[in-house]
Amino acid sequence: MSYATKKLAEEKVFKDPVHRYVHVRDQVIWDLVATREFQRLRRIKQLGTTYLVFHGAEHSRFSHSLGVYEITRRVVDDVFVDYPEWDNSERLVALCAALLHDLGHGPFSHAFEHVFNLDHEAYTRAIILGDTEVNEVLRRVAEDFPQKVSDVIEKTYENQQVVSLISSQIDADRMDYLQRDAYFTGVSYGHFDMERILRVMRPREDQIVIKSSGMHAVEDYIMSRYQMYWQVYFHPVSRSAEVILRKTLERAQELYHEGYTFKVEPTPFKSFFDGNIELQQYIELDETIIMTYFHFWTHEEDAILSDLSSRFLNRRLFKYIEYDPGADFKKVLELEELYKKAGLNANYYLVHDSTSDLPYDFYRPGEEEGRLPIHLLRSNGELSELSRSSEVVESISGKRRFDHKIYFPEDVLLENGKKRMLRKQILEVLNR
Amino acid sequence: MLEEHANVVRVVSLAGEVTGRKKLQKIVYIAKKLNYPFHEKYHFHMYGPYSEELTMRVEELCTMGFLTERKEDKGSYQQYRYEVTDKGTTFTESFCKEAGGLPQIIEELNTQSARFLELVSSLLYFDELSREQQIVKVRTVKAKLNFTDEEFEHAFTFMTKLNQFKNN
Repeated sequence: MSYATKKLAEEKVFKDPVHRYVHVRDQVIWDLVATREFQRLRRIKQLGTTYLVFHGAEHSRFSHSLGVYEITRRVVDDVFVDYPEWDNSERLVALCAALLHDLGHGPFSHAFEHVFNLDHEAYTRAIILGDTEVNEVLRRVAEDFPQKVSDVIEKTYENQQVVSLISSQIDADRMDYLQRDAYFTGVSYGHFDMERILRVMRPREDQIVIKSSGMHAVEDYIMSRYQMYWQVYFHPVSRSAEVILRKTLERAQELYHEGYTFKVEPTPFKSFFDGNIELQQYIELDETIIMTYFHFWTHEEDAILSDLSSRFLNRRLFKYIEYDPGADFKKVLELEELYKKAGLNANYYLVHDSTSDLPYDFYRPGEEEGRLPIHLLRSNGELSELSRSSEVVESISGKRRFDHKIYFPEDVLLENGKKRMLRKQILEVLNR
Repeated sequence: MLEEHANVVRVVSLAGEVTGRKKLQKIVYIAKKLNYPFHEKYHFHMYGPYSEELTMRVEELCTMGFLTERKEDKGSYQQYRYEVTDKGTTFTESFCKEAGGLPQIIEELNTQSARFLELVSSLLYFDELSREQQIVKVRTVKAKLNFTDEEFEHAFTFMTKLNQFKNN
């Protein structure tokens, strides 16, 4: 028996709060879970700074990755296996890509990526293709197998059904994170009937489609996603924590370039500060290290670094106001000027943050934009795009929503002492 | 503050006018690959590297009145033209930082066809591969476009030329 088809002597399971059990029969999957790169995901939180708002949200990328694997496994083993449109020789590449799709996330994922202008997907591929334990396991399947898994994650894999399973508008990734994040944050949105969706998924040519009888379950899923984005993922207070996290790292980087002498050498960060990151250094950096250094930095001489890291650790977050740059971008210039006069560093204590989302999109012929839509499979075999059949989805299709905020340390602006009048003036401009 | 928005407005400002959403996407991608400060995330899409974040940002900048978008009916598809408004010009002047060779790059890129930029950006997307592997990869994922050997040759020469403007 080849390594690719080798099964464990008996099925292993991981107890999981969302799927009850994650089932593993394939030796390859079991070996991948045991690699140091996959185990590292235990030390990367799935929702970054969200735990500072929803205290239950301490779950990791490790549990999410197992969840995506489990959903994919159920689709290919329980639903697709009997359909001639599905090539079951793609099963293992689909399972491995599902399991490994988030491998390259850095600590506090998005904030970290933003500061150092990184792309976690590029690092996922680098880990799969590089000198790593994951690569070693994948190469045991076949020499070209790591490249195949990487191509699925890159979305350039020839079989687009496999890509759609892992990454599309209704994929295993989203189905897991919506339910998992809802469970751990404790919110009531985010729930939908995944069992129903799995039962009505069908492989068709180069995509996955949904039997039209499952349309209402898909509507529920789309609305769950919409709610989760604005109620949880873009929560203004967790964005405040993310702003402080970003600014702390930026400050440390600035000091490093100025030749500042840190009390504890920021060794794990140096390659990031220099913009010259080796893969092994990337893999070694996780949230435990970030938090340790934040503790160190609270004792630094530099008042800004010390204050920001302390704010993050002790949850003394910035306040915010809504802001419309289109109507009043000059307000920021006015504030920056006032900050300067008041002796405050606007780079770190006056922060604009924006976010936007597109809950569902449809493809427009001849245009680049537009995601691959969700297609419903009618009883006569024809396909119809979801928003053309569902008024609920049609109402939010292609509609983008934007949000801008300015974050600032209200506690500092309310302090008595020197330049109190200037601080008061700043608060007035901020309408506080 | 607002630099990320202002940087996108500046691209259109430096170009004078950008015709086509695909072209704008590829111009920003190539500039980003040359280390200019763009934070929009790109993925490989049906027309090569594509950023949904950039699409959203451009729509937002139009809503804010910093860019104008004109739509032209071309029969089977819509063509979009982007220009900067006076308000957009003031906005970029207020928030953009100096960016070395960016004006030359934008000017150079904007004179190229969208098809050629699609080829260049696709090659750049796979720039961790060897030149031969890049060609095979692009021929695989862009089979329908039938890029010729001459086009590949031209693209590599063009990329070498662009590298002299790399932002270090």
